[in-house]
Amino acid sequence: MEDHPVIRAKGVNFYYGKFRALTDISMDFEKNRVTALIGPSGCGKSTLLRLLNRMNDLIDGTRVEGEVLFEGKNIYGPEVDPVEIRRRIGMVFQKPNPFPKSIFNNITYGPRLAGLSDRVELEALVERSLKQAVLWDEVKDILGQSAMMLSGGQQQRLCIARALAMKPDVLLMDEPTSALDPVSTAKIEELIQDLKRDYTIIIVTHNMQQAARISDKTGFFYIGRLIEYSATEKIFTRPDVKQTEDYITGRFG
Amino acid sequence: MQTAIPQRSVRWRYLKQGLFFAVVRLSAALIALALGGLIVYIVLHGWEAISWEFLTEPPRDSMTKGGIMPAIVGTFYLTLGAISVALPLGIVSAIYLSEYAKQGPLVRIIRIGVNCLAGVPSIVFGLFGLGLFVVFLQFGSCILSGALTLGFLILPTIIGASEEALKAVPATFREASLALGVSKWQTIYRIVLPNALPGILTGSILGIGRAAGETAPIMFTAAAFFTAKLPSSIFDEVMALPFHVYVLATAGTHIEATRPIQFGTVLVLVGLVLAVDLVAIVIRGTIRKRKRW
Repeated sequence: MEDHPVIRAKGVNFYYGKFRALTDISMDFEKNRVTALIGPSGCGKSTLLRLLNRMNDLIDGTRVEGEVLFEGKNIYGPEVDPVEIRRRIGMVFQKPNPFPKSIFNNITYGPRLAGLSDRVELEALVERSLKQAVLWDEVKDILGQSAMMLSGGQQQRLCIARALAMKPDVLLMDEPTSALDPVSTAKIEELIQDLKRDYTIIIVTHNMQQAARISDKTGFFYIGRLIEYSATEKIFTRPDVKQTEDYITGRFG
Repeated sequence: MQTAIPQRSVRWRYLKQGLFFAVVRLSAALIALALGGLIVYIVLHGWEAISWEFLTEPPRDSMTKGGIMPAIVGTFYLTLGAISVALPLGIVSAIYLSEYAKQGPLVRIIRIGVNCLAGVPSIVFGLFGLGLFVVFLQFGSCILSGALTLGFLILPTIIGASEEALKAVPATFREASLALGVSKWQTIYRIVLPNALPGILTGSILGIGRAAGETAPIMFTAAAFFTAKLPSSIFDEVMALPFHVYVLATAGTHIEATRPIQFGTVLVLVGLVLAVDLVAIVIRGTIRKRKRW
């Protein structure tokens, strides 16, 4: 299949103060694919993920070198508005983090502030987003109730729906199932499979089976470097690098 | 094999625990007793002075008879004015300090400054207000000067409380909002501030009490020894409850004879502060409830 990179990282270095968290990362993320980033804790995979929609801007004393091209344009260019980037590249976090608002208002929060005010359109958007996140049937009668009452798995799907309501091109997921039980995890994995038809998904995971199950391509990181990056099947069956093999077979991690 | 724990040691531990709990309970009881005692004392001595006339009439006969209505109104205006000045200014400062300013030496110095301001004796604020508002800006001794002076006095309290409340809003809320392509200001306005508001109001309650009760800052800036008429604008001088007590207890010609009036005035002051607190608590409660949906 032909490659259509949506995001390309080119020679990216990233520093927290003096500490270099990422070294010379170059990788392409393809359209309508699920890309998994794996590696031991502290290897820089979450840092890379947060670089892709400029969430690392929020941390004082960080510095980026190199380029991250989104549709051919460097998102770290001087004229780029990070707010605009985050509208196009959504994010789901490790812990479900709904706002202390109603389910309805959680979803409409972003679109409303982006200028959508028509009630009918907003209602349609809520329904569409919740259906995409496979949560609609469970919450359609309680849209006015607080999102905080939902279970952890439901909250995480609500967060996915909330991100989808902005109609992003790319969805970044930072260990989205690590705080969930197996049933909820299975639901979200299924959901990710459905979503890749319309979205490009990049997911950080600690769960090797999860990466093998849901991703098309996998990148293995170790101490801030991209050690190996290729088709998931290849990474998990016959990796080129010894370190990758050691990690996926559980010899270190 | 586990070694058996000696029975004596366990008993000794329970004894220590009991002793500690007793001390803790005693401290709590002492505080409650001090507050309760104060209130009972004020109520007992002030009760007989309270009457409809006392609350609605101006003083008569060299302030030995009549009521304290102008002082109630004056204190109300001064407190309201101080809060209207300090609350917006304090919240905005706190937002700057905790959300926008780059954390570094400058912010640290500002914070130390704010804390120092909180420790400055209130008479110093009084002189500052006299110099700046009354004399330099030529507002004269009036509600405006007094309210501004009191506002500056309670500003550190409000800034401190607001900063704490802002910090208590989980970082995950901010992240979630920003990740949706919402700007920083909108995130603060729509997510952070509403969630911090109950905490901010709680802190402001302390400020309200202080603004209503302070004597020194308004002595030179707003308070009149005696005026029977009510203020018609913010440029009028007013009587105020704490200053009235001070005047009656020190400068009057009938200090002993006006004791009941003094206690009555104190009782009204305490009642007024509690009433304002109650309003703030109710507002806080409704906001909290609205947050839950």
